[in-house]
Amino acid sequence: MASVPNLVASFDPATSPDLVKRAELSEIDASTKIPALFFLGSAVLWLLVGTAFALISSFKLHTPNFLGDTEWLTFGRTRTAHLNAVIYGWSVNAAFAVAFWLMARLSRSVLRHSGLLMIAGAFWNIGVTIGIIGILAGDSTSIEWLEMPLYATPLLFVAYALIGAWALITFRFGKSGHIYVSQWYLLAALFWFPWLYSIAQIMLLFQPARGTVQALVNWWFAHNVLGLWFTPIGLAAVYYFLPKVLGKPIHSYYLSILGFWSLALFYNWAGVHHLIGGPVPAWVLSAGIAASFMMAIPVIVTGINHHMTMVGSFSALKYSPTLRFIVFGAVSYTLTSLIGSLMADRQVSEVVHFTHFTVAHAHQGMYAFFTMVMFGSIYYILPRILLKEWPSAMLISVHFWTVAVGITVYVVGLSICGIKQGLEMNNADIPFLSTTVPSVVTNTIPYLLSRSLSGVLMTIGHLAFAVNFTWMLLRPRAPQGTTPTLFQNPPEMEVAR
Amino acid sequence: MNRAPLIFLGIFFTLAFSWTGIILTNQLTYGKLEPIVDQTENKSYPEALPGLAAQGKLVYQDLGCIYCHSQQVRRPGFGADDKRGWGDRQSVPRDYIREGRVLLGTMRTGPDLRNIGARQASRDWHMLHLYNPQITSKGTIMAPFPFLFETHKIVGQPSPKAIKLPAPYTAASGYEVVPTPRAESLVAYLQSLKDTYAYPETHNVFVEPAAPTKAEGKK
Repeated sequence: MASVPNLVASFDPATSPDLVKRAELSEIDASTKIPALFFLGSAVLWLLVGTAFALISSFKLHTPNFLGDTEWLTFGRTRTAHLNAVIYGWSVNAAFAVAFWLMARLSRSVLRHSGLLMIAGAFWNIGVTIGIIGILAGDSTSIEWLEMPLYATPLLFVAYALIGAWALITFRFGKSGHIYVSQWYLLAALFWFPWLYSIAQIMLLFQPARGTVQALVNWWFAHNVLGLWFTPIGLAAVYYFLPKVLGKPIHSYYLSILGFWSLALFYNWAGVHHLIGGPVPAWVLSAGIAASFMMAIPVIVTGINHHMTMVGSFSALKYSPTLRFIVFGAVSYTLTSLIGSLMADRQVSEVVHFTHFTVAHAHQGMYAFFTMVMFGSIYYILPRILLKEWPSAMLISVHFWTVAVGITVYVVGLSICGIKQGLEMNNADIPFLSTTVPSVVTNTIPYLLSRSLSGVLMTIGHLAFAVNFTWMLLRPRAPQGTTPTLFQNPPEMEVAR
Repeated sequence: MNRAPLIFLGIFFTLAFSWTGIILTNQLTYGKLEPIVDQTENKSYPEALPGLAAQGKLVYQDLGCIYCHSQQVRRPGFGADDKRGWGDRQSVPRDYIREGRVLLGTMRTGPDLRNIGARQASRDWHMLHLYNPQITSKGTIMAPFPFLFETHKIVGQPSPKAIKLPAPYTAASGYEVVPTPRAESLVAYLQSLKDTYAYPETHNVFVEPAAPTKAEGKK
C-alpha cells in the first residue's frame, strides 16, 4: 500500500515524510497477519462463549431455578466456565495477538517462525476447550483461577513455552537499539506467567502443599496473573497506542521507568491480601497489605504518565475508536488499582471481603481496564494487517456505548451491593436469610438484577463487535487507498484511528 | 537502564523475591505442621475424613460449592462469624493439614460452611435443602440440585432412603424421590464439617474480647 502513495497520502503530513519507515512497518504488519488473525479470531469466539456463560450465571443468581435441573449448567459450573472462557480464552488469546504484534513492531523485526506461533495457538485453544468441557462435565479442581482439570493444563503449558521462546527470538533479532517501555512490560509478562503457572500447578495439583500453604500459593498465583500478566500487557498497549494515535511522545520517560520497576517490585507480594482474616500467618498478610499500599506508587506514576499525555488532546476522543477504548481502559486502571489498594486495608477488608464488592473489583480490572484496552488495540491492529477498514462506524459506536455503560452499571451496582452486604453480614442482628424482614441475602437481589441488565448491554456490545469483526474479514479489499473508519471525520487529517 | 540483560535480571529477581517470601519460606516453616496426638483420647487431630465424606468432598468440588460458601471462620471481633454461629473459634492452619485440597473460599453469597456439620446435623434437612433449597430456606438464591436425586415409581415397599418432601413439593402419588450415592456422600461430607477440637494455638488466638473496639480490628 505504502509503495503506491495515493493522492491523499502525498498531501497528508502524517504519512509523507518517512515512506521507507512506513514500508518497513507494513512489511512487519504483513508478517504478523496469519498468526494475529488466528489468535484474534479465537479470542472473539471465546468472548462470545464466555459472555453466554456470564449471562446464564448472572440470571441464576437472582432466579436460582433458571436452568436449575441441568447438572452441567448448575451455577458452580457455568460461573467457572465463564471465568475460564473469558480469562484463558478471550483475554489470553487477545493478549498474545497484541503482545506479539507490538513486539514485532517495536523490535522492528518481521515476525519469524510464525509456524511456531500457530502450533502454540492450536495447543492453547485445544487445551482451553478441553479444560472448559472438563469443568462443565464435573472435573473442576475448585481452585480459583486454576479450575481446569489436570488433563488440560499440560497442553496450556507447552503452548505457553513455545510463545515465550518465540518472543525472546523476535526480541533478539530486533533491529531497534532502544528498548521502549512497552517492550519491558511485554518481556516481563512473558517471563513471569510461566513461572507463576508452573509453581501453582505443581504445588496445588501435582504435589499439593500441606494445609493452607495451598491458599498462599493460590492467591500468589491468581493475583499475580492479573498484576504480572494482564496488567503489563494492558499497560504495554496503552504505552504504545496512546502516543501513537495522538502523534505525540509519552509525557515522561523517567516516570515510565519508575512505574515499571515499582510495579515489578510491589505487585508480586500483594496477592495474599485475599486471605485477610484467614488461617495463614499474620506476618504474610501484613507484608501483603504493605505491598498493596505501595502499589499506589506505580499506579499514580503510570496514571500521571498516561493522563498527562492525554491532556490537551481530548478532542481526539470524538474521532478515534482506538483512543476512546484505550483511554477508558487507562482511566479504569487508575481507579481500580487505587480501590484495590484500599481493599487491602484490614478494616476495609473486614467489610468487603467475601462480598460482591470483590466481584465488582475483579470486573473493573479485567473488563473496564484490560478488555477495553484489548478492544482498542484490535480496532487499530486489524485494519493494518488486513489492509482494509472497519465496515461500520455505527457498530463500533454501539460496541463502545453498550460496554462502557454496561460495565459502569455493573461495577457501581455491585460495589454498593458489596458494601451493604458486608456491613450487614458483620451485624449479627440482621438475619442472613429471611422472607419477612430485610436480610443479607434478599437485600442483594436488586443489585444482582442490575448486574443482569448490565450483562445484557455488554452482550449486545460483544455481538456488535463480533459482527463487525466477521464482516471485516469477509468483505473484499477496496482497490484504492482507504480512509480509516472513524466515529466522525476530524477537521484535519492527522488523527489516526 | 536500557540494557536487556539488566532488565531481565530485574524481572527475575522481583518475582524471585515474593516466591521466596510467600511460597518457599512458608512451605519450609508452617508447611510442616503436624497433627496433634491427644493422649487422653488416644487419637490424633485433625482427624482424616471418613471414606464416604471424602467422596462427598469431590462432589462439593465438582459442583462448585466453593464459589458461594467459604470454609474459614474469622476471629471474634473481626466480622461477626462467631455471633452468626458459624464457629466457636477462629480457624487455624492446623485445621486444614489433612486436606488434600483446601477449600477456604473467598465468597459468602451463602453462609460459611466450616462448621455446618455441628450446626445442622440432620441428614433429612440436608437432603431437602439440596433437592430444593426453597423447602428449608424460603427466599434463598441457592441453586437447586435435583439431579442428585432420582424419582422412582414405588414398587412394593417404599425405599427407606426416600426423602420426606412436604407439600407442595411432594412427588406424584405412587412415586418417591431417592438420593443418589452422590447426594449421600455430599451430605456425609457436609455433616463431617466441624472444627471442634481445641489445639494449643487456639487457646492463644481465641480470646473472647470483652467489648470489640475499633483497635481490636487492627491487632
